[in-house]
Amino acid sequence: MHDFGYHRPASAADAAGLLAGKNEAKIVAGGMTLIPTLKQRLAQPSDLIDLGGIAELKGIKVESGGITIGAMTTHADVERSTDVRKTIPALAVLASGIGDPLVRNRGTMGGSVANSDPAADYPAAVLGLGATVRTNKREIKADDFFKGMFETALQDGEIITAIHFPKPEKAGYSKFANPASRYAIVGVFVARTSGGIRVAVTGAGPCAYRSKELEGALSANFTPDAVKAVKLSADGLNSDLHATAEYRAHLISVMASRAVAAAS
Amino acid sequence: MTATGIGASVKRKEDYRFLTGQGSYTDDINRHGQVYAYILRSPHAHAEIAKIDTSAAESAPGVIAIFTGADYDKGGLPAGWQIHSKDGSPMIEPPHLPLCKDRVRHVGDQVALVIAETYAQAKDAAEQIDVTYKELPAIISTADADKPGKPQVWADAKNNTCFDWHLGDKAATDAAFAKAHHVTKIDLVNQRLVPNAMEPRAAVGDYDRATGEYTLYTTSQNPHVIRLLMGAFVLQIPEHKLRVVAPDVGGGFGSKIFHYAEEALVTWAAGKLRRPVKWTAERGESFLTDAQGRDHVSHAELAMDKDGKFLGLRVSTVANMGAYLSTFAPCVPTYLYATLLAGVYTTPAIYAEVKAVFTNTVVVDAYRGAGRPEATYLLERLVDKAAREMKMDRVEIRRKNFIPRDAFPYQTPVALQYDSGDYFATLEAALKASDWAGFESRRADAKKRGKLRGIGISTYIEACGIAPSAVVGSLGARAGLYECGSIRVHPTGSVTVFTGTHSHGQGHETTFSQLVSDTLGIPIENVEVSHGDTNKIPFGMGTYGSRSLAVGGSALVKAMDKIVAKAKRIAAHLMEASVADVEFKNGTFTVAGTDKNVPWGTVALTAYVPHNYPITELEPGLEETAFYDPLNFTYPGGCHICEVEVDPDTGVTQIVNFTAVDDIGRVINPMIVEGQVHGGVAQGIGQALLENCVYDEESGQLLTGSLMDYCMPRADDLPNFKVATQSTMCTHNPLGAKGVGEVGAIGSPPAVINAVLDALSPLGVEDISMPATPLKVWQAIHSASAKVAAE
Repeated sequence: MHDFGYHRPASAADAAGLLAGKNEAKIVAGGMTLIPTLKQRLAQPSDLIDLGGIAELKGIKVESGGITIGAMTTHADVERSTDVRKTIPALAVLASGIGDPLVRNRGTMGGSVANSDPAADYPAAVLGLGATVRTNKREIKADDFFKGMFETALQDGEIITAIHFPKPEKAGYSKFANPASRYAIVGVFVARTSGGIRVAVTGAGPCAYRSKELEGALSANFTPDAVKAVKLSADGLNSDLHATAEYRAHLISVMASRAVAAAS
Repeated sequence: MTATGIGASVKRKEDYRFLTGQGSYTDDINRHGQVYAYILRSPHAHAEIAKIDTSAAESAPGVIAIFTGADYDKGGLPAGWQIHSKDGSPMIEPPHLPLCKDRVRHVGDQVALVIAETYAQAKDAAEQIDVTYKELPAIISTADADKPGKPQVWADAKNNTCFDWHLGDKAATDAAFAKAHHVTKIDLVNQRLVPNAMEPRAAVGDYDRATGEYTLYTTSQNPHVIRLLMGAFVLQIPEHKLRVVAPDVGGGFGSKIFHYAEEALVTWAAGKLRRPVKWTAERGESFLTDAQGRDHVSHAELAMDKDGKFLGLRVSTVANMGAYLSTFAPCVPTYLYATLLAGVYTTPAIYAEVKAVFTNTVVVDAYRGAGRPEATYLLERLVDKAAREMKMDRVEIRRKNFIPRDAFPYQTPVALQYDSGDYFATLEAALKASDWAGFESRRADAKKRGKLRGIGISTYIEACGIAPSAVVGSLGARAGLYECGSIRVHPTGSVTVFTGTHSHGQGHETTFSQLVSDTLGIPIENVEVSHGDTNKIPFGMGTYGSRSLAVGGSALVKAMDKIVAKAKRIAAHLMEASVADVEFKNGTFTVAGTDKNVPWGTVALTAYVPHNYPITELEPGLEETAFYDPLNFTYPGGCHICEVEVDPDTGVTQIVNFTAVDDIGRVINPMIVEGQVHGGVAQGIGQALLENCVYDEESGQLLTGSLMDYCMPRADDLPNFKVATQSTMCTHNPLGAKGVGEVGAIGSPPAVINAVLDALSPLGVEDISMPATPLKVWQAIHSASAKVAAE
């Protein structure tokens, strides 16, 4: 990788200050995407601002009946948290299936959500649970957050500090993993919430999105069979070596059905 | 049998150092004053190099030298096997220079060698090299490479054809087809694989200006072969001035047999710069430069009489060589493939045609099994299809055509003579172990759970223990394929074993120790096995083709025969007896019919302290070397049975049972044998379900260039294997050993695919190609249901 300046601020405010002061600086959270990119010399930031030393960005707490998770909390911490398991078990299940143990011990929720990788797992939970993304500047509703492939509502200099997940009545996640990378070819998060049914799909499109067809089907009847029968259009879905758009369209219904079956 | 003798599952001696991180691999070797090499590689599959401007890079920090093809003044990498085409003309053998001069022929081809004080500096400097390429259209497809009008990789190789070869009796085969009751036809692709050894390739070149001796430390399965090829053909360094060391090596699977450009470049540069030069591949480079495997496109036809007896077999195969000829590439789709097309069957007439083609892709060479998996896959898919078309039972058609137990030695119509085997025994054992008879109830049970269950079988043979030198020489090999072993008995009776084979996962340090300690009657702790250094080992051809025990172990047996013969003469002298009366057993020399005895240690000490010694008749010392040239190939065989469950909703295939019953001859260490079968079957399952090397057909870019897209098998993709051996002994080597390294990868792929097809057969699916990924299986199910719906 190319040379870069390295900073390890102690607070989110310091991190934001550093970010504003450097021209080509990048934030590094767990580094699960950024470090490989740097190693392949596909990015050349002037400075890396490591959020790993900021205590206020870590930790899981029960808050107004839901769960608030610090941006720098690792997947492994989410997976093992008794609070998460008790409040939103589907979120712990999702975290336990991300990548491999190495990734789960290094990767962070904030990093994953800020990156908006089309095949990442967390965006499905954020969107599926109608979470709120908290930054150093404001709060952003999940429905307003994911804008496209590697694109979010985050502005320059904006840093995710935590994500708040309201407790659903029932939720489930089911992923069809890429056999090589274990990223989601299709991942579906379903939730029955006080505000209605939410179904979020990752892996299939440019970024995580809600499926209105599946939400409609589940609103009428929250059962696996209700979604399994839904034939979705393949238009606009991703197509690659591992899965065609048609196959993904099919898998969305199957994964949705399994997520409903697993919902608790 | 003792606790550490032949037949005991002794824990591997080498594992302590491996598991505690104390192995010493090539990248662990650092020489005083060492500098680092980075190789700038072609980003294009096919292009002319118009200009290389290194001026900016030369002044980059830490840079010591930059070499391009214009600077390189030595030879090219040689091909170790020459094939002749049907018309008698020799294969096209294009130059294979370590640095490209005017043209690049695959993505990853070597363009410039950058040497700097640190690896990072070399890599930084390489970014500043300005190469002007003139891009050319590329040919990627195996099937299309020989069609007219395609881009040409080499001007000399018309229609990209390297050779157009054949084997067998065409007239007899045509006659067999003329009288056939039924002909079954099949088209198959044996996809390209990336070997992906755990340890990437690495090389350190060193030059001693005091002695003029070069040393190359390299990740090789056969250091003497590298010394021969690189010394004699590439760099013109005589053997006595060139030492090649292959220290601990983390897996090879064939990909580390071959002589690679980087080995020659670091050695050459070390001599020019008078400093040691290290190169270590990054994983991405392994994908772009390690010789890849398989890549056949085949059509086959099987002629049968009305009872399903095989009358004749016709096979036509196109084999992809990649952009150059790798060391043993030409023999893989010919003498390691077509010669196996008789399989375990009595097919009396066989005719095979093999066309080898060049493409703008990474070279293809031997990969675990090398030719035999391709032959086995073709035959076992064809036999299953024949059974379906003839409405015969899959097992019955095999039994009907097996070579009978009493037919050995059996001469096939495709050159090989099998020495021993009992295919009925391995079949019956596998049927029993897999509960073949009870399958239909398991299928019915799976159906209730919404799963499609299938069972598949493969009865295979392979030829290994390579190889008799005179035979392979007559077939085009440019090397002998004997093996060398030395036994050095030390004055206190302990033993160092020197073997020309190389262990890179096989556990030779344990197996050979067992063999020697058992034969000489000494504790296993008193035996050390040395390998991998041309300055220590007299000679050797290395480890590949499941040859180490059958050929290398036999050399050790021969060397021990000499040791025991000499030791008996010393013992006879000590006991004042006639040598003819001396017996040697469990480490003690005795005189028949008396209570006289001398222990091993006394004889060893006497050999080195010859105070009371027949010095006028016998030299002091106790050290012997033997070269063993096998009389024939060895022929492991057996039966693999795979049971799968397919999830029709997703197309995911889960292997629920896998049974392997292999005939591998003499077993020294059953635990190591089991491990070898496990690893081989895992690789075979990898090929059948997961692995696929895919290039973009237009640009020639490797689309599966990382482990994020190239799917290696993992523990959770595999079931617990049921593994057993059911052996007949090899008749022509002193151990009776046949070899086990490759059987798993050879026998398993067709068993898996036949199982998947069996699972999908109720839907009318008749074909699926490897790897049977969830996408492909789902598509097959989907189009079969669409067809049913349309009807």
